[in-house]
Parts: sequence; C-alpha cells; structure tokens
Amino acid sequence: MSSEVNGASGAAAGTVAGATGSVLRIRDLHVSVADTPILRGVNMQIRQGEVHALMGPNGSGKSTLAYALAGHPNYTITSGSIEIDGVEISAFEADARARLGLFLAFQYPVVIPGVKVADFLRHAVSNIRNPDRREGEGLIGMREFRKEIRDRMTELGMDHEFARRYLNDGFSGGEKKRMEILQLAMLQPRFAILDETDSGLDSDAVRVVSEGLAKLSGPQMGVLIITHHERLLEFNRPQFVHVMLGGRIVETGGADLAHELHARGYADIRARHPDAAPEPTHTTPAAAV
Amino acid sequence: MLYQAGWEADMTLAVADLSRAGYSADIFAAFLATRREPQWITEARQRAFASYQQLLQQELDPEEFRRLDLRTFNASRFRPAAAVPDAGEISTLLSGRTEFGGAIAHVDGHVTTSRIAPEISAQGVLFGGLQELLEQHRELLEPYFMTRAVPADADRFAAWHAAFWTSGTLLYVPRGVEVQLPLHSLIAHSHDGVADFSHTLIILEDGARATLLEETASANAELSGLHVGCVELIVGRNACLRYVQLQNWNQKTWHLAHQAGNVESNATLQWTVVGLGSRTAHIHQDINLDGRGSMAEVNGVTFTSDRQKISYYTQQHHRQQGTRSDLLYREVLRDDSRVIWRGMIKVDAAAQQTDGYQRSDALMLSEDARCDSIPGLEIEADDVRCTHGATTGRVDRDQILYCMSRGISRREAMHMIVEGFFQQIYDRIPIEVVRETLSRAVQAKLGIEAVAADLLQNDDEDES
Repeated sequence: MSSEVNGASGAAAGTVAGATGSVLRIRDLHVSVADTPILRGVNMQIRQGEVHALMGPNGSGKSTLAYALAGHPNYTITSGSIEIDGVEISAFEADARARLGLFLAFQYPVVIPGVKVADFLRHAVSNIRNPDRREGEGLIGMREFRKEIRDRMTELGMDHEFARRYLNDGFSGGEKKRMEILQLAMLQPRFAILDETDSGLDSDAVRVVSEGLAKLSGPQMGVLIITHHERLLEFNRPQFVHVMLGGRIVETGGADLAHELHARGYADIRARHPDAAPEPTHTTPAAAV
Repeated sequence: MLYQAGWEADMTLAVADLSRAGYSADIFAAFLATRREPQWITEARQRAFASYQQLLQQELDPEEFRRLDLRTFNASRFRPAAAVPDAGEISTLLSGRTEFGGAIAHVDGHVTTSRIAPEISAQGVLFGGLQELLEQHRELLEPYFMTRAVPADADRFAAWHAAFWTSGTLLYVPRGVEVQLPLHSLIAHSHDGVADFSHTLIILEDGARATLLEETASANAELSGLHVGCVELIVGRNACLRYVQLQNWNQKTWHLAHQAGNVESNATLQWTVVGLGSRTAHIHQDINLDGRGSMAEVNGVTFTSDRQKISYYTQQHHRQQGTRSDLLYREVLRDDSRVIWRGMIKVDAAAQQTDGYQRSDALMLSEDARCDSIPGLEIEADDVRCTHGATTGRVDRDQILYCMSRGISRREAMHMIVEGFFQQIYDRIPIEVVRETLSRAVQAKLGIEAVAADLLQNDDEDES
C-alpha cells in the first residue's frame, strides 16, 4: 500500500493514499438517537476533491448523518460502517476522527466562554497537524500560528480582532458561521461536512461564506454540503446531489437535481418513493457495533 | 464509675457540638505565660477571651453557618506553637514569580523572615510583623486594630482570634504615598497540630496606593492544622488598595477567617479571594463602603476537590451615597467537594444612588459535588440599583463535543472549559503575576486524569 515515492508529504497521517486521493465511505449506516432509529441504511462515497450536496426535507436525517460522522455520543451507530481509506472509524471518538481529517461545520456552533479563538485554534491546529501530540506537549509556534491565522482571516474578510474574542461568545449568526469557515481554513481537513452553514444568514453573509468555502475547497478536500437552499451550491457546484428521505438516500444525481428540487420541492420525490417515509413500527436491525 | 461518667459526658459533647468546647481558661493562661508583651495588649487579650467564652455559649448566626456543619470541629486537637520553628524554605505558588518590594513569612504563628526595600521604607511605609510594629507605633496603630473592620467581639471566631493572635502582617502607607511594587505575605504551617492566629492589618492613608499578595501554605500534605485568621483592610479617602489572599493549605487544615475591608470616600478596594486548599474553610467577608463614592471590586476564585468544603459569607454593605460594589465569585467543584456561598448586599437608608452587584457561578465536574449559592438583598434606600444572581451548572457536553470535533482531546477540552470559566474572573484581576499563578495552580489541581474518568462515566461508551 505505501507509496514508493520518496516525498515526505502525507507521512504524518500515515493513511494518506497516493494519486487517487482519500475516500470517505459510508455503508448501510443505521443511526439511532435515544433509541429512535433515524438513519436507516445510508450509503455514500466521497473522494477528496469531490463536492457532494445532501438535500432533503426537515427531519429526513441530514443533520443526524453529520453528527454521526463527526462522532457525537448521542448519535448511536447501530449498524453499518464509516471508513476513511479502509479504516473503520465508527468506534472512534470525535477527536480521533478530526485527527484523521474529518471536519464538521456545525449548524449551531457552540459558545465557549473565556476561551479565546486564537488559543482554541492553536490547540486544534497543533493536534490536527501532529495527531500523536499529547496534552501538555508543545503547541505550534506562536509566531507562525499568528501569521497564519491573520492571513486566513484576511482572506475571509474577517477583522483580526476575532482572534482575541471568546469563541462564539456574543457572535452574530453570520459571525459564527464565518468562524466555522475560518476553522475549516486553519484545519484543512480531507473531508468537510457543512451542516446548513447557510441557514439563518442574510444573502450577503451567505455569499461571504460561499466564496470562502469555494476558495478553500480544491483537490485536497472532499466536501459534503448539507443545505435546504441552492445558493451555497452556486459557488460550490456539486458533482453529486443526494436526496434524503426518511433516513435513506433515495436519489443521487448531478447538479441539475438540485435545480429540480429548488424549482419543484420534494413532492415529486416523495411520490416516487412512497415507501421512504419513516414508519414508527419499523424495527432497527440488531445492534452490530 | 467516675471514669465511666466522664467518658459518657465526652461522648455527649461529641454528638452535641464539639466546636462549642473551644479553648479553656487553662489554655489561655498557658498561652499568656508564653507572651512577653505590653500590658495593654495583654488586657485586650483578656477582654477578648471573656467575649470568646460568652460567645461560645451562643449559637452561631444560623444565616451564616446553617449550611456548614462544624459539629465535628475539635479545637482541642490544635495548639498554638510556643517556639519559632526551624521551618526551612517553604515553596509557594508565588515564590520567585515576580519582584516584591517587601516580603514577610509567618510559620506556625511566628514571624520567620521579614524585609522591605529601603526606598519604600524611606517613604514612611511600615511593613513587617504586626506584634513588633504595634508595640513600636501604638498611638498610630492601636485605633485600627480589631476595632473597626473586625471588632474583637464580632463573633466567636473573631473573639478567639483577638485573644490568641500571634504574629501577622502589618502594612501602613502614609498619606499620598504610592508603593509601586507588590508586597508579599506568607502564612505557613510546618508542624502537625498547629493552631495559628495570624492577623493581617493594612492601613492606607488618604491617597495612598499599594498591593499586597498574601498566600497560605502547608509544608507538606500530611500536617493537620488550624488557621483562625483575621484580615482588616482600611482604605483611606482617594486611596487604592489591591489585596489578594490565595488560600492554598493542604487538605488537612481548617481555615476559619473573618475578613473585612472599610473603604472611605472615593477610595477603591480591589479584593481577590482564592480558595484552593483546606479541608474545611469558612470565610466571613465584609465589604464596608463607608465613604461617599467609594468603590469595591471583589473577585472569588474557588476550586475544590476530594472532600473539601469551602463556605463563604459575603456582605457588601453600602453605608453612604454613590457607592459601588461589584462582586463576582466563580467556583469549580470536583469529586465529593462542596461549596457554600451566601451573599448579601445591604444598602442603608442614607446610601442613595448606590450600585451593587453580586454574582456567583459554579461549575460542577462531578455528580457528587454540591454547591449552594444564595444571594440576598436588604435595601433601605429607594434610589439604588442592585443586581444579584447565582448559577450552578455542569460542563456542557456540547462544548466538549465541539472541542473534540476540532481534534482536541476530551481532557484538553475539559481543561479549556474550566480555564475559560475562570478566565472571566482573571480578566478582572489587574495583576499579571496573580492571573498567571492562578491559571497554573488551577491547571495543576485539575489533575486531569480523575476528571476525565468522571466524564467518561457520564458518556455511554464506557464499557470497561
């Protein structure tokens, strides 16, 4: 498996594959929240460099997929698998997944009072770039880090003062979402999941966030954009659009599928998949994990 | 039979309230015999001991002590140390951290070292052992000593202290003098079973400015000890005092402290109380805004673990017009520890246009920790603004997940969240060395391992 090329890049993570790029593979994923099944067999494969969109009506399970991928302990994977380059990660805690290159931009970013953005990100960046780092061990150099975070803030049109504020504390909705994008920019994940990053924002803020994401994504990043709307996708044109209904992906198409949904809503989709609505009597497959 | 009866009497006492037994007249007589001091001091002690004996017969104020069980507190297990101990160096949180303009150390109730920079003493500043300076400057200092901030008969513990006080720190700053460098005071224990009655008296004349950083420490984790302390802060008109007391005894020490600050017109008191150590602590803290336009900012940083109990009784007493008080306490509790905070803002009828604020926020790191926070207001004036509040909460799991989703480990996330919780208090402390010292002490005490285990238990994936 290991590349014979003598370049040192990618050696730290150890699992970065060669020319074809990394793959995030979700197979027959079943997820329950408080013993209620939400996801009922999700399959998806995302390669580095690809942009996927996940659409679907409220309550179809989109955010559940996002949280389950990130490793939220309240989202129990009852069967199926999540793999990055063949490594099963569904038993990993959230921090281990992040160190493997997974990133979730939260729909509702959490406020952490008293913790400065710069301190938070310096710890995060140190851990992501040095996955073997233990608590208390050296952080990335201050000078180097400061320059980097300033450059990224400039690129995203953010006031440098942000770095000194407490994380999301007193931030407006737009500022919080921009902060998620700043974190994405600093952590440079292999796979980024954006959970309704456009929700609750006015059109200017959506444009800023969309442009920011478009600048960041590239051949090194696989992106899964969860959205109700089309606007985020205008700047970040997806190769694949998935439609979720009742905890399953019922259709996958190209960018034109997003247009269709935008124009006509979910009525047609529902009609094509009458069996996809969640059934309360449906029992979960026996827990396999 | 006689022996039997005596034994039974002791048992009854133990069940009833050991703390009511107190120190006997014999102990007081033996103590006085070791003192070589002027008659006026001895007489003051005798008056205080008489009050003490009376006060022992009375119930402690239930408002202040109801939630703190002192019945197992056995004073007879601790005695004042007769001789100056050969203490050696006691390392403390602030040791060697910054440059001090003067420093004094008390070990087992005796002054062991004391120094003051010549240029500071040349300004007329008095800094050193209380006993010695009180004798030398009686006419200057006697009027302040246990008369105004903490009267000798304020309560059982104050009277006990007034009868048995030894050593202590005195800081006197003359009118208009500014002491630039902070001063350091250490109260330490180095022998098992010691009772120390150290006193801190700070007097700032009008327009004076000074900073005193005081800490308590035990020479090791095994000594049992008792501190019955008293702090009096007198801040003259337009003066500014910064006072920090960093309580860091080992967990076998009782800490009973009566503390008060009196602030004159347009003066400022910035007072930070830190509680990290002790087995059981009770701190009575009075902030008396005596002069028009006076101002007090009070910070409390408390971090308890194991079976520690720390209790605070704070009173912000607005006695004059246009006074301001701003009290913020934050507590982090681990393991089986317990914190009690009973706060009160009192506004006299004369104290119009006052602005009083008090708040206590507690963060619990374990299911077994317990915190009682009870704010209160007593307002007799009609044109005032008083705000109070208290919160008690647990570490938010969403915060932990959010940190972890950025590659930060659970332990490191806990660490950050606790630090962040205290950060909002550190932001109010203008002395950098104190902020740094607190931050380091909190990190050390976090002893992350145990905390992380606690949290793991709360999560579902713990299967081992």
